[in-house]
Amino acid sequence: MNQKEHFRKFVYQTAFDSRTSRLNQLKAVHRWKDYLVADAYEDVALEYFAMRNSTGVFDLCPMTKHKISGPDALDYLNRLLTRDVSKLKPARVSYCVWCDDDGQVIDDGTVFHMREGEYMLCSQERQLDWLSISALGFDVTIEEVTHDIAALAVQGPTSCAILRDMGLANIEKLKPFGITWFDFEGSELMVSRTGFTGDLGYEVWIEPAKAEALWDALFAAGRIRGIRAIGTHALEMTRIEAGFIQAGVDFLPADSAVRHGRTRSPFELGLSWLVDFKKPNFTGRQALLAEKERGSRFNLVKLDIEGNKPAKDAYIYNGKNKVVGTVTSAMWSPTAKANIALASLHAPWGKPGDDLYAEIYYQRELKWNRVKARATVVEGVFFDPERRKVTPARDY
Amino acid sequence: MTSNNVIIVGGGHNGLVCAAYLAGAGHKVTVLEAASQVGGAAVTREFAPGFRVSACAHLLFMLNPEIYRDLGLEQQGFELAANDLETVSLSSTGGHLFLSGSEARGGDLGPEDVARLKKFNARMLKFAGVLRKVYTGRPPRLTSQWSELKTLGKLGLAIRGMGRDDMREFLRIAGINIYDILQEQFDSEMLKGAMAWDAVLGGHLGPRSNNSMLNYLHRLTGEVNGKRGALASVKGGMGGVTQALAKAAAAAGAQIRTSAVVSRILVENGVVTGVELENGEKLSASRVVSSADPRTTFIDLVGLRHLEAGVALQVRNIRSRGSVAKLHLALDALPKFTGLDPQALGGRILISPSMVELEQAFDFSKYGEMSESPMMEITLPTVHDPELAPGGKHVLSALVQYAPYELKQGWENGRAELLQRTMAVLERYAPGVGASVLHSEILSPADIEREFRIAGGHWHHGEFALDQFMMTRPFYGSAQYATPLPGLYLCGAGSHPGGGVMGCAGRNAAAEIIARGGAA
Repeated sequence: MNQKEHFRKFVYQTAFDSRTSRLNQLKAVHRWKDYLVADAYEDVALEYFAMRNSTGVFDLCPMTKHKISGPDALDYLNRLLTRDVSKLKPARVSYCVWCDDDGQVIDDGTVFHMREGEYMLCSQERQLDWLSISALGFDVTIEEVTHDIAALAVQGPTSCAILRDMGLANIEKLKPFGITWFDFEGSELMVSRTGFTGDLGYEVWIEPAKAEALWDALFAAGRIRGIRAIGTHALEMTRIEAGFIQAGVDFLPADSAVRHGRTRSPFELGLSWLVDFKKPNFTGRQALLAEKERGSRFNLVKLDIEGNKPAKDAYIYNGKNKVVGTVTSAMWSPTAKANIALASLHAPWGKPGDDLYAEIYYQRELKWNRVKARATVVEGVFFDPERRKVTPARDY
Repeated sequence: MTSNNVIIVGGGHNGLVCAAYLAGAGHKVTVLEAASQVGGAAVTREFAPGFRVSACAHLLFMLNPEIYRDLGLEQQGFELAANDLETVSLSSTGGHLFLSGSEARGGDLGPEDVARLKKFNARMLKFAGVLRKVYTGRPPRLTSQWSELKTLGKLGLAIRGMGRDDMREFLRIAGINIYDILQEQFDSEMLKGAMAWDAVLGGHLGPRSNNSMLNYLHRLTGEVNGKRGALASVKGGMGGVTQALAKAAAAAGAQIRTSAVVSRILVENGVVTGVELENGEKLSASRVVSSADPRTTFIDLVGLRHLEAGVALQVRNIRSRGSVAKLHLALDALPKFTGLDPQALGGRILISPSMVELEQAFDFSKYGEMSESPMMEITLPTVHDPELAPGGKHVLSALVQYAPYELKQGWENGRAELLQRTMAVLERYAPGVGASVLHSEILSPADIEREFRIAGGHWHHGEFALDQFMMTRPFYGSAQYATPLPGLYLCGAGSHPGGGVMGCAGRNAAAEIIARGGAA
């Protein structure tokens, strides 16, 4: 997409704008990295349930995308990311985080190993500066392709059937975190079995010129399977249920932090499984090793909270009425039928069985009430349906 | 692999000092020097048949006296050819100015300036004394650890200990430019021009640049034979210093190999394990100590990929653009400077007639151009040491500023022009000098980079400035000689306390390694 004139406007429209703006009855949008995206199209509840019971389609164009290639691409990624990328085979995707030298998380995202030696890194925040700094000493090519790839998340139980009906043969055989390619009207359509909802779902990637045609084909195929465009509010609900963290919400990207102590390490976000000390060098390694030795400052935990009042922004107390942390994301989960939250607690708090309470303020007809609800640390995922992992994926 | 097996990359003065102290403390030390003789930038070599010259640095004024004593350099054959050299600042009209420490005469000097200079010089020596106190030790880290705070406190006390007025003055001037300070103090343009030369020599800065005052004080930390701020000429050229250091290191048990070009510092599993030579030979060591400049060390020898990204960025950002060229002339006879008594030819001869002309010479280099009319510091080493040239013949050695490393037209195209411009300036002050030139050589910063293997051709292995000073030299996290890469240490001029043939970086690095004990 030619964005040379970008400085003339304050915001971009995504490649699906002609389709999404027609469906956006609320005309409610917000700015995501300079793109306009829908908060919700008609009704958040309908959109949420579309994702859990049929299929929701989310416009993913603003997601920051970098193509990384060149002779040192793998070595580069292994130095950038905390996990071992050499284990990531072609046509596979993995979740990842990257840190600064202090071992503080800059962002999380997904790394796509497309064809042998060709990678794509996706993240919420813009990363070109850090990726370029990290490229010093490597023979690697980094292309910012956010504007050049149009993408949709197609998520929900009927998503596989819709894509198959759209003509993507054998899509059901694609394993979770797999990538496959199709021809779509003479262009290459990339499909990955990935998503931010914790359910069966796919992400589809195509050149912007074919974006509208892809949308139309998808919605035509999905009409009888309950396809619906969804906005960020509904997506937010599904990602909390899935237990996924979000930059700027559950952690502060290290490169945007001003105040000392506001950032988090992977350990402090419950992501120790992403840190591979067997790698001799990656950015943040020395600090993270020291942290492992010394102990972390925080624990990010999942909480199941008594009652049905969402614990948004709540303080968490221990049994001695001392504040031990705060909630970062919270909601009543219609699917899990639970009052769930993600919370950042001061170490050592956050172990299963800890005596914790959430202080919740809520309104009833403009009258404020306060409850202190018992909060239980949950170890698993709030919502983890079998269909997320089953291959071949079923129709539902 | 033995636990105290140390390889030192580079046999310059700091590498040799480090080797001598480490070997003296019982470490098994091997020094690997790329050139065919040790010395680095303190070296004497032939530049024309029978003519030898100090190929980079050409005067001695900073060698640390404790090192001199500890390593017994006198017994190792070190000898001065002349001490207490007078500085002559040339005037194109022949009214030259003579300067020696706080004494000055001639030129456009008035009696007030003569008196003011005494006072000023005494104060500057006092200020430089504060720096000296922290030069012989490891710079602190900015943490709350007691040992680090103690070092910082020592510096604070040294500043406070000067008394209220001097403390205020020190804090006022240490970070700013010498132009403003000298304008406050003196009337004589010639005096100010000569003093400002010492504040900009070797760096990418002019008299009006920040940090020029810091460079001036840095230079005044030196002493020769107990006399602060003195200048000396070494017998046999600057190679005399490093030859003596090499003997001291060898006597202490260090093995020194020349023509051993290190092509790579080996890193295995995130730890430095040794070096690889250009000929493919691999040498293992539990510690590798690099006296090469930090950019060469990390970018060329280690590879930035072995560092974390933030460290790599700091390395990339080290400012080290050399601005000095070196002129060597083989002369049939001593030059005749207009109005200068031949007696004065043994001193240091400056062409820096005023701060304005010096600043104007610098202006060009900001835009990648060489000075139209370069400034220079000239010595005629054969006046005191005739053996450097065939009988009756002479050698002229001059530092020429400004010759920016990143010359727009490139140095292959620019070298001849720089020589021509330099000779034109010389001819103006010493008519007929060109006719007595038997052979000439001019080293651009690009040549200096190649010959002495210093990134950017910067004599000080990195600009000497407040942002590359003490705990931020060469960058924060590597300022205590140990680097973020386990097993790798720095001991060159790129580390605290910086450039000048001083040896403190080598000695401090050795002390750090010794203090850390057996394991790397």
